[in-house]
Amino acid sequence: MLEVKHLEKSYQKDKPALTDINFSVEPGTFVAIIGPSGAGKTTILRSLNQLIKDDGGQILLDGGDLRTANKTQLRGYRRQIGMVFQNYNLVERLTVIENVLHGRLGYKSTLAGMFGRYTEAEKQEAMTLLEKVGLEEFALRRCSELSGGQKQRVGIARSLIQHPKVILCDEPIASLDPASSQTVMQLLKDLTTEFNIICIANLHQIGLAKDYADRIIGIRHGKMVFDEDSDMLSEEILETLYDQNVTEELN
Amino acid sequence: MQTPVNYLARKHWKQTGTIVLIGSIYLLSSWILKFDGVGGIAAIPKAFSWLGVNFKPTANSVHFLPSIWQKLIGTVMLAIASTVVASLIAILVAILGSKVTGGSSLVQTIVRGIASFFRNIPLVAWAMILLFSFKQSDFTGFLALLLMSVGYLIRAFMEIIEDEASETMLALKATGASYFQVIFQAVLPQIMPSLISWILYMIENNVRDATLVGILTGTGIGFVFDIYYKSFRFDAAGMTVLSIIIVVIALEVLSNQIRKVIL
Repeated sequence: MLEVKHLEKSYQKDKPALTDINFSVEPGTFVAIIGPSGAGKTTILRSLNQLIKDDGGQILLDGGDLRTANKTQLRGYRRQIGMVFQNYNLVERLTVIENVLHGRLGYKSTLAGMFGRYTEAEKQEAMTLLEKVGLEEFALRRCSELSGGQKQRVGIARSLIQHPKVILCDEPIASLDPASSQTVMQLLKDLTTEFNIICIANLHQIGLAKDYADRIIGIRHGKMVFDEDSDMLSEEILETLYDQNVTEELN
Repeated sequence: MQTPVNYLARKHWKQTGTIVLIGSIYLLSSWILKFDGVGGIAAIPKAFSWLGVNFKPTANSVHFLPSIWQKLIGTVMLAIASTVVASLIAILVAILGSKVTGGSSLVQTIVRGIASFFRNIPLVAWAMILLFSFKQSDFTGFLALLLMSVGYLIRAFMEIIEDEASETMLALKATGASYFQVIFQAVLPQIMPSLISWILYMIENNVRDATLVGILTGTGIGFVFDIYYKSFRFDAAGMTVLSIIIVVIALEVLSNQIRKVIL
């Protein structure tokens, strides 16, 4: 279980980016975080694996606090938290399977990781996961040759091979066309159930958030204004969240 | 008040003013130096025809070819060797000094300082200074080229790392990978094409510069040119220049081909 308690962050004095963020998520739940640009969605997500150092609060993964962890402990937490990026953040020059195997680095000794010495079991698992995301034929292709949707699925496979408890998705479909967006969202939803993991995604597409996520958190000016099952998301709430009429997107 | 119309009018005046300013700086400085720009340009055709007549390699200068090419190949090898060693040093230092992979801001400042120190002392000055310690030898030339290249490459590599590797670095950091794993698995593979492209450029550059350094240090093809030139064997000097041009162009074509394949 992932619990976030009283999370605070400000980049400039007297201009809080996040104030008192509280939520907890059970395994097998797909959570979408929505809200206007600059509301603090990315800050929340990146605080969860401490890529951004927040200013106060608690982040508990199965009871252990990430915020007070030392360097080695933090490495241990990070390998249990997969991350998927808007720009995929793959090593474009390397092959698909090498990029997937990068997800294992957190489990390896420094030397074995530096030179990319992976075990037979790890390689087998990488292939199984590539099959799961529908890219087994692309295993030896360079990532630079793939389409955006395919790259994102490599990114998802890379996070899955970490055996994560949580997957954080930072605008996973913002650079994708509608069809690829649907594929990626469906994939995330299915994997959340199949591996019984927590999946938290920042989204701008309210329609997709409502269709695929189990639960929606609405953020505005760094504060939580909504935290309910996704069917509870109403037009009035969206209007207060975005300050304007965005309800057409729902229909 | 600033309206779009008078903003554009003012921008127009600023541009005109800039051109007038540059023009008057040129006129003023050539007046101070008593420099006759028009006369200089008018002399160009005559100068080139003189060059054409005197520096034209003749049938006689073919005799010099073996010794020219022997020295030229040696000079090219020297340039390549110094660039390769410089690249190895530069990549290590650049990793230490770049904003995304580097150490503390103190380390970054020191690295930037070292790089700009080596870069901003002219190659000729390096060669003259090193002459005192290492005398007239290939090693002096090697070292002068090395120091200069290290300065340039550190700067270039740091910028490449900052531009190209920060996103993948973040991704691997998020998986729990350690520092050295991130460097070897994400940063180096990601920047390799740009790195090689810069190294090739530096080799081309160093072959050209090695000629100049050779004149100063009395080694390599520069020395050969210097001897022919000073003994008024202009046809042989012309042959040397021609050989250098051929090699430099050939290297450029070759490295463009390599770039096409790797990028």
